[in-house]
Amino acid sequence: MSFDIGDGIDSAVNYILDNFSPTLDFIAASIGFVTSGLQSGLLSIPMPLGIAIFVLLALWRVSFGFAVFAGLALSLVGQMGLWGAMMETLSLVIASTVIAMIVGLPLGVAMARRDSVAAIIRPGLDLMQTMPAFVYLIPAAMFFGLGAVPGTIATVIFSMPPVVRLTNLGIRQVHVEFVEAGNAFGCTPTQLLLKVQLPNAMPSIMAGINQTIMLSLSMVVIASMIGAGGLGNTVLTGIQRLDVGTGFEGGLAVVILAVILDRLTQSLGKKRATWRLPFSKFGLREPEAKAA
Amino acid sequence: MAFTTEHENGTSEGSTKIRLKDVYKIFGERPEDGLELLRSGKSKAEIHRATGCSIGVNNASFDIRAGEIFVIMGLSGSGKSTLLRLLNRLIEPTSGSIEIDGHDITKMSRKALIELRRRDISMVFQSFALLPNRTVLNNAAFGLEVAGVGEAERKAKAMAALKAVGLDGYGESRPDELSGGMKQRVGLARALASEPSILLMDEAFSALDPLIRTEMQDELVRLQSEQSRTIVFVSHDLDEAMRIGDRICIMQNGNVVQVGTPDEIVGNPANDYVRSFFRNVDVSQVFKAGDVARKNQITIIERQGVSAAAALEQMKSRDREFAIIVGRDMKYHGMVSQASLMEKIRSKAEDPYRKAFLADAAPIPASEQLSSVLGQVAASAWPVPVVDDQDRYIGAISKSALLETLDRAN
Repeated sequence: MSFDIGDGIDSAVNYILDNFSPTLDFIAASIGFVTSGLQSGLLSIPMPLGIAIFVLLALWRVSFGFAVFAGLALSLVGQMGLWGAMMETLSLVIASTVIAMIVGLPLGVAMARRDSVAAIIRPGLDLMQTMPAFVYLIPAAMFFGLGAVPGTIATVIFSMPPVVRLTNLGIRQVHVEFVEAGNAFGCTPTQLLLKVQLPNAMPSIMAGINQTIMLSLSMVVIASMIGAGGLGNTVLTGIQRLDVGTGFEGGLAVVILAVILDRLTQSLGKKRATWRLPFSKFGLREPEAKAA
Repeated sequence: MAFTTEHENGTSEGSTKIRLKDVYKIFGERPEDGLELLRSGKSKAEIHRATGCSIGVNNASFDIRAGEIFVIMGLSGSGKSTLLRLLNRLIEPTSGSIEIDGHDITKMSRKALIELRRRDISMVFQSFALLPNRTVLNNAAFGLEVAGVGEAERKAKAMAALKAVGLDGYGESRPDELSGGMKQRVGLARALASEPSILLMDEAFSALDPLIRTEMQDELVRLQSEQSRTIVFVSHDLDEAMRIGDRICIMQNGNVVQVGTPDEIVGNPANDYVRSFFRNVDVSQVFKAGDVARKNQITIIERQGVSAAAALEQMKSRDREFAIIVGRDMKYHGMVSQASLMEKIRSKAEDPYRKAFLADAAPIPASEQLSSVLGQVAASAWPVPVVDDQDRYIGAISKSALLETLDRAN
């Protein structure tokens, strides 16, 4: 006896299309609202102001040298005429990362709490990470049509595993004496999570979010095949026309965005180490001191 | 203390605060099977082979009294930390009952247990377990915060607790800015802030260097003298146990081998394992002067009609150089030597006893720690007399008796 998995998947997709289209439409509408809002918001920022914001963020979170790099690199992107495309890409990255966090953080917490949950979710994560990224594009396009929405959804699926895994890992790696202390002083399970486990798992969770951002950036380019737009379009155009120059420009802009996002999000995970340097250098007070 | 009045809550000094009865803890997949085998008298190794279970605590039954410092001592792996964690159910016992103020905590609901931990029991950890994302003040206020105490009140209480452990003004520091000793003071403040009646301390001072450790032990004893709590203190260090413990429980391979006061344990160790702890112990820290004093000196009761000459004769006949002069009520009056007595008799002095008293033969109170009188005994040409708190003579410490005592442990 033999059966065809492909046929099974096809009929499952068709079944969902036939019976759940209102739900799908609702999802599409809400994601579309977020992404288009983000996109128009980011695009409304004039380029010089946008560059200034990135430079200031780099100065605040990372270092003076990196701020200089960010300023020069982003000016280069503007020079190549890709600022708008980069903002579109950024909005897709932000939208999919936020959705991945909203779904992924609770999943990671659930995995850390129960081994049985972890055992069920882990193969799903493996599947999401190893399945060739193009494969998501087909059902995403079928369910949600073409454009930014299916692009975002395919990106979420591809980029979510790190934040789930590293949230799980981070919580499990919290020092056993911290957990004991929490319990010994009468924490409820929720208090233990919020007051002991999550704060101490933060570096690991931030690393997961950083990875998710990086993965979503790489997926956003692929998602341009179903019309997600952004820098992916530039790269795609380069491929279709065999135009090496255009493709390279698009690729370079992706790399610049990737490096800046990577450094900025990495700095969030280790705030105390990096906050001191730029502020003392410029004779300013640490923001920490004001917050306390 | 001879009499204690039992309050309604049963926590008056000296009454039973925590009662363990037939407590077992077996680690493994099937603890019930292991328990059955253990009760049928199988050895640890046999049980491990048959069920894969290992034994954490084997049939512990003892009482911890209100207001005492109760030290649980043993080598690593003896089950002492497990036993401690059974007392607030950080580890669930496999069988047996643990009563706190008469309530069996093994039968408590989760909710009641959380309430108990917030109100009545707190804990101090070996590696401090201060939360690095909080300031010192917020660490100290942690228990109160969890218990839902309002911000102003918990800050005030945490501040008071920090002050009590000598960390006034460090509230806004981060734990990683403090030294080890200071960190553990914060740990202590966190435990004290909720004013619990029971303090569990798990090797609390073991991670500190020796000087700081002694300082913290003194600090604990001082805090205990200010406000008496029931302290259960786990340690692997006998010196520490002897120093702070009112009573000591010695554990070996999950078994409670002996429970008793430091004196009882040193004086009458239950087995070789217990004895082995004393090899490196400074006995002078354990014993008090009264423990070592012996009544092998001649005492002469000073009363009318007993002549100095008769006393001298008595000393000569028993070949003693020195004699202790006491009153009829056994109160210590002074000490004479043959030479001093003879001189006064020869000079026909009035009241020859008194005149013959050796000038620097000051008595030692029996409660004095032996370590603090070593020098005095060593430098003295005669046995040093020891008196009780009502000045009654109870014996003398000679150099040879002292050496013998110090040698006993080695």
